[in-house]
Amino acid sequence: MPKTNSIPKTFGAIALAAALSCAGGAQAQDTLKVGVVGFLTGAAAGPFGVPARDAAELMIEAINAGTVPAPYDSAGIGGLSVDPIYVDEAGGSATQVTELRKLVQQQGADAVVGYISSGSCLAVAPVADELEVLTVLFDCGTPRIFEEGSYDYVFRTAAHATMDNVAAAKYAATKVGDIKRYSGINQNYAWGQDSWNDFTAVLALQQPDAKVSKELFPKLFSGEYGSEISALSISRSDVLHSSLWGGDLESFIFQAAARGLPDVMPMILTTGETVIHRLGDSLPDGTILGARGPHGALANDTDLNRWFVAEYTERFGTPPTFPAYHMAQALLGLKAASDKAAAAAGGVPSTEQVAAAFKGLEFEAIGSTVSMSLAGGHQAISETAYGTYRFNTETGQPEIVDIVRFNAECVNPPDGVKSIEWLQAGMPGAVCD
Amino acid sequence: MTAIAIFIDGAVYASWVFIVALGLTLIYGVMKILNVSHGAFYAFGAYGTATLVGLWFEADLPVIGGFAMMIGASVIVGLVLGFVLERVLLRPLYDQDEVVLVLVTYAAFLIMEDLLRLIWGSDAYFAYQPFVAVGRTVVGGMIVSNYDIMLIVFASALGAIGIWMLNHSRFGHILTAVIHDREMAASFGVNVAKVFAVTFVIGAILGALGGAVTAPKVSVTPSMGVEVIVLAFAVVAIGGMGSVTGAIVGALMVGFARAAAVHLLPEIELFVIYAVMAIVLVLRPEGLFVRAKARKI
Repeated sequence: MPKTNSIPKTFGAIALAAALSCAGGAQAQDTLKVGVVGFLTGAAAGPFGVPARDAAELMIEAINAGTVPAPYDSAGIGGLSVDPIYVDEAGGSATQVTELRKLVQQQGADAVVGYISSGSCLAVAPVADELEVLTVLFDCGTPRIFEEGSYDYVFRTAAHATMDNVAAAKYAATKVGDIKRYSGINQNYAWGQDSWNDFTAVLALQQPDAKVSKELFPKLFSGEYGSEISALSISRSDVLHSSLWGGDLESFIFQAAARGLPDVMPMILTTGETVIHRLGDSLPDGTILGARGPHGALANDTDLNRWFVAEYTERFGTPPTFPAYHMAQALLGLKAASDKAAAAAGGVPSTEQVAAAFKGLEFEAIGSTVSMSLAGGHQAISETAYGTYRFNTETGQPEIVDIVRFNAECVNPPDGVKSIEWLQAGMPGAVCD
Repeated sequence: MTAIAIFIDGAVYASWVFIVALGLTLIYGVMKILNVSHGAFYAFGAYGTATLVGLWFEADLPVIGGFAMMIGASVIVGLVLGFVLERVLLRPLYDQDEVVLVLVTYAAFLIMEDLLRLIWGSDAYFAYQPFVAVGRTVVGGMIVSNYDIMLIVFASALGAIGIWMLNHSRFGHILTAVIHDREMAASFGVNVAKVFAVTFVIGAILGALGGAVTAPKVSVTPSMGVEVIVLAFAVVAIGGMGSVTGAIVGALMVGFARAAAVHLLPEIELFVIYAVMAIVLVLRPEGLFVRAKARKI
């Protein structure tokens, strides 16, 4: 039998709980929780994840303070102060799906900016749509995201990897001269295989008489390339293509340079820009470098770029490389879309309103312009650039010279066309300046 | 030219993988522990070398000292990590099943990987100065790094010392006795616990030495310990657990198979090492240089 005075207490507790829950709903949102996902541990942390995280930290603080140069000098994103939640991308695709659910369902993330690994991107995209969370993919390279799927809440603010190798082949065709034989060394997984396939497809168009001499696919994180370098040394190739990255790239450069390989064939390193500040004069002069877009030493000289380079260098002791640019670009894209939606809505926009504003958006990035032109306005294209490395012994600084810029429509497939089919068909519809 | 390249590349790769695998086979042969934390010794040896060599060359000190730093780093790493691991984690569990000990060494590996990250962070380090300082030589029309030639000489010397020690030194005879029959050796008065401790520390030093000689050639990254465990295991499985001669032959087979694949059929380069291991184990399940043991009742 309940005590006579417990019923009022029970009703009182229920009323209090109801009041508290209603009070929570009545409060206006004043922060935008943004999940920021990238490799903070593992082999990809050093070259990609940490620079990206550093850029996120810098950009979010500057965005909140309103100190980013115009046109991004308003404080916040969509009028809200950004509250970042940093998540490590390590652990595999299944883990990232779990982490995304946790970010949204437990930690209350309003948006997510992240993902370096193509495996992560492919896994989280459908889940992001299921959760109806605005997700901005900032760095992963596979074209498959939007060529094999269609999403309402997922956007990618960096051009995909097809652009990197199309431009590499075009640069090689013009700068290396008559290529009779060429070789490649790429890591044996999707990134390496796709990079090589794209490069050979385009070079076959540019220089039809060029023949493949050696195509090598060492194990990811192998680190020891003695046999590969020997094979390349005797291949009599005119140029070498490589999409190696991180520690593998640095190891290969050390070992190749010690055995004189760059003296007999120039190397095209599609992610080479990431190592120029670390290697300095250990990177051979004459190496052809890409930065997965007009980034770092390949960026256009704009107010935004000068500001970003100065701020990043002062804060982190080294100039920013392309992963930092990609992260900054993603945050600026999110801000541009959110501010546009907020202006139209006359207040804090909903996720759907931001997504609608993001579709087809064109915005200024750090030293470049990004157009969300593909996949119904969800996939970005931008121009890109390649150049030749030179270590300036007078200043003691790395430089990239002989820069050639390729406009976006020249090196990216048109909307609605799959990248591999576009390359195999001879890149129809490409418009080159 | 290709044949010369295969021979040189095979010898270089075999030398490297022998140095890496020697400690693993010693520990298993004597203690019957498949030491998964061998990868962590390797990584710590590499990071320790990268740090010490970096400091040495920043101070503009003589090149020969850089090589001394490499040996010094591996001895320090092996002594400290080997002693702590054996004393704290393994010694209380020697009477447990072998599977338990493998799991313990795996746990130790994971802990040490995180410790590595705690000390050195996520960035890659390099210590290329010894690699570059010794120059290059033309052999059979191909440019070879003198560092790789030194690696072949060093591995050969290490192998010779290992074989001599096992066959002609008192400690080697004791080790051989413990390898073949631990209980019989104990009954003859051998302090098996002490032999275990010394062997484990030697194995740790050798593992760290593998990392130390690798560091000048590569960018030292957080994942490097993981990559080497399976490779070292393949060499040890081919040669037979606990056999130095087996480790030499296993390393040569792996080195030449891989070099031939890279030059002649790159498509099979990834799995050719493990194909060799599989074939050997089908024919001789104990490895090439270990006799099948009669079952004891």
